[in-house]
Amino acid sequence: MDVIIENLPLYWNGFLRTLFLSAVSGIFALILGTLLAAARVSPVAALRGFSTVYVEVLRNTPLTIAFFFAAVVLPRIGVKFEQFEIAAIIALSTYTAAFIAEAVRSGVNSVPVGQAEAARSIGMKFGQVLSLIILPQALRTVIPPLINILIALVKNSSVAGAFFVLELFGYGRQMANANGDAVITVLLGTAFFYLLLTVPLGILANTVERKVAIAR
Amino acid sequence: MIGVITHSLFARFFPMTTHVPDDALVTLNAVNKHYGQLHVLKDINLKVRKGEVVVVIGPSGSGKSTLCRAINRLETIEGGSISIDGKVLPEEGKELAQLRADVGMVFQSFNLFAHKTILENVTLGPIKVKGTSKAAAEKDAMALLERVGVGHQAPKLPAQLSGGQQQRVAIARALAMKPKVMLFDEPTSALDPEMINEVLDVMVQLAKEGMTMIVVTHEMGFARKAADRVVFMADGQIVEDATPEEFFTNPKSDRAKDFLSKLLTH
Repeated sequence: MDVIIENLPLYWNGFLRTLFLSAVSGIFALILGTLLAAARVSPVAALRGFSTVYVEVLRNTPLTIAFFFAAVVLPRIGVKFEQFEIAAIIALSTYTAAFIAEAVRSGVNSVPVGQAEAARSIGMKFGQVLSLIILPQALRTVIPPLINILIALVKNSSVAGAFFVLELFGYGRQMANANGDAVITVLLGTAFFYLLLTVPLGILANTVERKVAIAR
Repeated sequence: MIGVITHSLFARFFPMTTHVPDDALVTLNAVNKHYGQLHVLKDINLKVRKGEVVVVIGPSGSGKSTLCRAINRLETIEGGSISIDGKVLPEEGKELAQLRADVGMVFQSFNLFAHKTILENVTLGPIKVKGTSKAAAEKDAMALLERVGVGHQAPKLPAQLSGGQQQRVAIARALAMKPKVMLFDEPTSALDPEMINEVLDVMVQLAKEGMTMIVVTHEMGFARKAADRVVFMADGQIVEDATPEEFFTNPKSDRAKDFLSKLLTH
């Protein structure tokens, strides 16, 4: 127990960095994922094709490959960045966006087709139908899987530790190495701080889900 | 004198050729559509003039709903053309959206926007599509809702209304766009019997006011009361196109006779 209290500043530091990585990547992933979902249901075949390929490739390959591309391949082809955090954010958001796109798409499909037909019948364009009629109604069904994806994102951010980014798991490993006699306690402490991030997300999911419920 | 006689004789023998409706608002020209193997629309030709009320009837699966939905391109067609007020229905895109704004549609399942209030359902189109100010759109919407008898329901959500009320709101929503023509796709088929009349009354009123209407329905009473023409469809074809009087008292085809006899025995 002492080892956790002694290293509390390190834990806190790691916690904040993981929070930062997850929050920024989460926002980018939500934006990108929603755009991909919109492309997937759009009337333009090329957009549908692009979105399908993107989602299938990113969803079906390991996150470490996305990290490898962002951290190693991108700099080689001329995309340089000062910090590896940026590579981590690129990898995490592009990877997570694929899952978000699928969740949003299933939400879109859960809205009765008559809603879109009615909206098109009064002369709305594709973007208006989606943003004014479909997505607001899809939100209710999308929130639970979306939060699941964000929880996975928080945990996936630990992969950044292997790519020169210090975050909660990276600090945890450092501390475990420094305190060889208390490895289990150190790791339990690390797990606790992850829970501190993910459990509130789950609670948030329930609250939001109740708030956006639509009567039918 | 001779001119008058020959003219009337000509009209007597060639009634169709002398009365070409130049003021056709909706024109379907050799329209064809398949669902896989099923040929749902076979060479459909139909002209609907301004102010005309055309009721489309026929057995289930005859293609009448598909016909109605094709007119604002909710169903695509494979052959032929459909034009509205002289403009051929364009492909998907901005122009199609503009054309659809001129064509009101009322669905069997109402399809009110479930997350919007009754008032918002009616104002959304004018505000977002036509760029009407919120105040003006709300004023129009309230007048329309009063007209269809649901003014006091304005702040509620669709799910809080009865089916009949929802359908009347759907009619108001379509009218708010000031359409040139209104399409009704079995508007009373999903309603409880006691709610059918409240919707039909609104439709009869609309017909009297001179709205151009294409109505797919099983309500023969409405066809008799409000239709200028009855179009009878079976197996993807227009089998008869006559006045209601003519159609109900003296149907020409066996298919229509059979259909009508089945209606009367129940």
